[in-house]
Amino acid sequence: MTSYTDYTTGEPVVDTKAPAGPINERWDKRRFEAKLVNPANRRKHTVIVVGTGLAGGSAGATLAEQGYKVVQFCYQDSPRRAHSIAAQGGINAAKNYRNDGDSIHRLFYDTVKGGDFRARESNVHRLAQISVEIIDQCVAQGVPFAREYGGLLDTRSFGGVQVSRTFYARGQTGQQLLLGAYQALSRQIAAGNIEMHPRTEMLDLIVIDGRARGIVARDLITGRIDTYFADAVVLASGGYGNVFYLSTNAMNSNATAIWRAHRRGAYFANPCFTQIHPTCIPRTGDHQSKLTLMSESLRNDGRIWVPKAKGDDRPPNRIPEDERDYYLERIYPSFGNLVPRDIASRAAKNVCDEGRGVGPGGQGVYLDFADAIKRMGRKAVEAKYGNLFDMYQRITDEDPYEVPMRIYPAVHYTMGGLWVDYDLQTTIPGLFAVGEANFSDHGANRLGASALMQGLADGYFVLPATINDYLARNPHQDEVGAGHPVVQEVLAETEDRLNLLLAVDGDRTPDSFHRELGELMWEFCGMARTDSGLRKALERIPQIREEFWRRIKVPGTGEEFNQSLEKANRIVDYLELAELMCLDALHRSESCGGHFREESQTPDGEAARKDEEFSYAAAWEFTGTGEAPTLHKEDLVFEYVHPTQRSYA
Amino acid sequence: MARTVWDSTVGKKTVMAVSGLIMLLYLVAHMIGNLKIFFGAGEFNHYAHWLRTVGEPFMHYEWTLWLIRAVLVVAVVAHAVSAYQLSRRDIRARPSKYVHARPRASYATRTMRWGGIILALFIVWHLLDLTTGTVHSKGFQSGHPYQNVVDTFSTWYGNVIYIVAMLALGLHIRHGFWSAAQTLGVGSRTRDRALKTVANVLALLLTAGFIAVPVGVMTGVVS
Amino acid sequence: MKLTLRVWRQKNADADGAMSTYEVDGISPDMSFLEMLDTLNEELILKGEDPVAFDHDCREGICGACSLVINGDAHGPERTTTCQLHMRSFQDGDTIDVEPWRAAAFPVVKDLVVDRSAFDRIIQAGGYITAPTGAAPEAHATPVPKPDADFAFEHAECIGCGACVAACPNGAAMLFTSAKINHLNVLPQGAPERESRVLDMVAQMDEEGFGGCTLTGECATACPKGIPLMSITSMNKEWLRATRKVSRK
Repeated sequence: MTSYTDYTTGEPVVDTKAPAGPINERWDKRRFEAKLVNPANRRKHTVIVVGTGLAGGSAGATLAEQGYKVVQFCYQDSPRRAHSIAAQGGINAAKNYRNDGDSIHRLFYDTVKGGDFRARESNVHRLAQISVEIIDQCVAQGVPFAREYGGLLDTRSFGGVQVSRTFYARGQTGQQLLLGAYQALSRQIAAGNIEMHPRTEMLDLIVIDGRARGIVARDLITGRIDTYFADAVVLASGGYGNVFYLSTNAMNSNATAIWRAHRRGAYFANPCFTQIHPTCIPRTGDHQSKLTLMSESLRNDGRIWVPKAKGDDRPPNRIPEDERDYYLERIYPSFGNLVPRDIASRAAKNVCDEGRGVGPGGQGVYLDFADAIKRMGRKAVEAKYGNLFDMYQRITDEDPYEVPMRIYPAVHYTMGGLWVDYDLQTTIPGLFAVGEANFSDHGANRLGASALMQGLADGYFVLPATINDYLARNPHQDEVGAGHPVVQEVLAETEDRLNLLLAVDGDRTPDSFHRELGELMWEFCGMARTDSGLRKALERIPQIREEFWRRIKVPGTGEEFNQSLEKANRIVDYLELAELMCLDALHRSESCGGHFREESQTPDGEAARKDEEFSYAAAWEFTGTGEAPTLHKEDLVFEYVHPTQRSYA
Repeated sequence: MARTVWDSTVGKKTVMAVSGLIMLLYLVAHMIGNLKIFFGAGEFNHYAHWLRTVGEPFMHYEWTLWLIRAVLVVAVVAHAVSAYQLSRRDIRARPSKYVHARPRASYATRTMRWGGIILALFIVWHLLDLTTGTVHSKGFQSGHPYQNVVDTFSTWYGNVIYIVAMLALGLHIRHGFWSAAQTLGVGSRTRDRALKTVANVLALLLTAGFIAVPVGVMTGVVS
Repeated sequence: MKLTLRVWRQKNADADGAMSTYEVDGISPDMSFLEMLDTLNEELILKGEDPVAFDHDCREGICGACSLVINGDAHGPERTTTCQLHMRSFQDGDTIDVEPWRAAAFPVVKDLVVDRSAFDRIIQAGGYITAPTGAAPEAHATPVPKPDADFAFEHAECIGCGACVAACPNGAAMLFTSAKINHLNVLPQGAPERESRVLDMVAQMDEEGFGGCTLTGECATACPKGIPLMSITSMNKEWLRATRKVSRK
């Protein structure tokens, strides 16, 4: 067996679906070239959709409206609880309602640039085009976006862009958009067009003759493991930020669906691209189970600082002005507290590493509104940030009007995911990935308010158009049933895995392994990565994996509602995915977007991209657990937005 | 439409609200009429007689009274049957209690069901006592309501039954009036205080007005 | 902090349940209530006992999964979701009773986990606006007066946790149902289905075996999102209006 790091480089992977020609005509052209399925024939096709978030919910509803038979799954007790619901800020769209110079091209440009030139131009442009239709669609569904007194939609500027293109519904935009999709989905469930399986978790993918033909899923209430068949499978299972244990993801968000698909042949692209959000509430102790995001908008008026002296444990209000270090304002005088997410995050880590962090464990920095209150008055601050302040106070029991907030970066979003072509099809024919589950549109860094846009673009508009082409070109697939030898094999593997987890009967809980892995990943594959650190992690992960299979303890049986078993099974996949993330981070010895390699920085500490070497998406092919994977590069060509080095100094 | 209304919990609540308001309207009139007792037997008995001749000559003797009685019977039955069916449903909807129980809601709210039962029983007694005279304490004299009332409130149990029932009535109206407004969809944030005040005032006035009679008899103001 | 927990344990939907007592020690006031239960579960697993099953997911108060009745209160003593309740709301040495939502329409799945699919079916009965993808007019074609938009939003905030049902002595789902009806019925986009929506959703609500409303106000008190009791009044109004209109046709 070769070492895991001795990966081989295989044939490049190429997107063959995006048509050539002017970028603004490509989507129309693709839709025209795509074969269609006769409406009368659609009900003969079954499509499985895994996940009911923005991407999955909108995809399921739209496919069902078109006449396909949809079989949909979510692990939650209701499709309405998918984690898209927690998105706060808003959704971008190039409506240019403000007449402030926005356009589809500008949104396209901002997204490519914000992604640090590691995304596919065709996809991003399509996303910008579709963004305007999303708003129309959501308004028609009754999404209560914020409005002005004239009754028209309000927008705000978000994430440091210069135009006001973010539509929002107070701090609950994700919730409102998700409920819109959920309601559309509900209408189709009632109409009998969708067979909905809540509390049912996908555990494996069934690939027959090279095509995705179904999934293995477990009913979380009865424990029954079943097989489901279809003509195409859509994964909308979200991101994999929970590899880090602590993240802003929901507790049960997991990587099993995409990782199992990866094991069955789908390439996994850019796994190391994770977004660390700078303004989260710091952890309070080892008991911490998850982290809560505070909207980025706080940085518009709050000032970030730490004490100048190491280990200064005086209460913040007793530290005089000249002993405070407003480090973002000092290092980045022109952008100050508004530098992009990755830069703000790294700077916070640096001051904490110097021993100047505040709060429990020194893992926090102050976000101070004293000046804002002095300048605008408490009333104005309350009007603008009241709900966030309340949320902060509820969690920390500290009054941010009196005492500065403490914040610290946390894992928030994963840009990487299953590699997909322009049609959102993975490298397994018939397997599609939408939303955060794919790698497509954000490159190395996602802009604020763009995740909701992408999820809905994929689900409402892109997939329903492109999946037709696949189904039309493969109209008559052989029937598969539970008796098919491949199905039997996949089913048996799944059952064996769960049985093994139950049989080990060791002395460590699933959470203890998850936490250990998370801490390792946070330290070595978090905000700043180094060759030696990543190698250390790569050495350690197989050891944890080995220990896991020796010492895991899962009480109960597989034939019942068993949350420990669910958890343990997800950790099995994290333990493999983490390894790939580290390898990807190791191989990409440049810094770009959310991926910061300490070896690759400018003299003043900025991320230094290496375009000649790394202007590609890294799509990894699975070769076996712990076996060196094969790298397939997709070269990225920038015809419209020319790569420049970011500078915020 | 009747089917939709009767088959729905919201519809049955509407039936309760409307029938409740009819009874409330009647009670206000009843209470005002009762107060005539303080002006002597003549005026009171005359008023009682008038009740039978209202609407003449268009209506025959006692027709109006029977019409009112018919409406009231329908209201009482509709109110009671809806209440019974809704209560059955509510109890079925919450079959197991919390181990950690704690009192919830206001007293008036919690006593709606018991209060309703007390009032139903009271109405039966009240009719048997002062309308038919079946359970009257002394010799019931048809056409002499003043004396009948005085007799009833000259017994301790007559006073107890009546006063307890009127207190229950007050509580019932207090929550019931406001509740009916919500059921009929006329409540609103701006109107809520006004509605609650009206409910309280109605409850207080009716209770006080009705209780005034036995108190009057007990204190000898009415004899 | 040291606490005594009395937790409802029930193997599955068909089994009988009972309260079991556990002691937990070393609880930090900064822990959330669910993190405190995590601590208990870690201990139970190591002891080879079945950990306490409870629903939870986002742990930031928006997904609506968490659903515990703590000392007789849905979501506990603070007006928030269980996941946002912190142990500083309790005293060292307290005994805390933890029970599942109790309602006939929410059967217990295991321990503290209940089946809330009845809510999904109420939404399926009409809690949507029929707007097939791609058919939408330009968003600014229909302005919505700000007060209406705000009213819609206030009701759209419902997270579908079911605390209203759990708190209601009648196990009624009026607040949940009314929140969605009010959200959609006030909007011009929701107008074409205004009557059928309220009639169908109320009928489904009854069909699921929820109780009726006696306006105790417990639902609104328990609601972590502050959906007002008046929401039910507005729904009643919509229902009466729809009944009249439909019968005229």
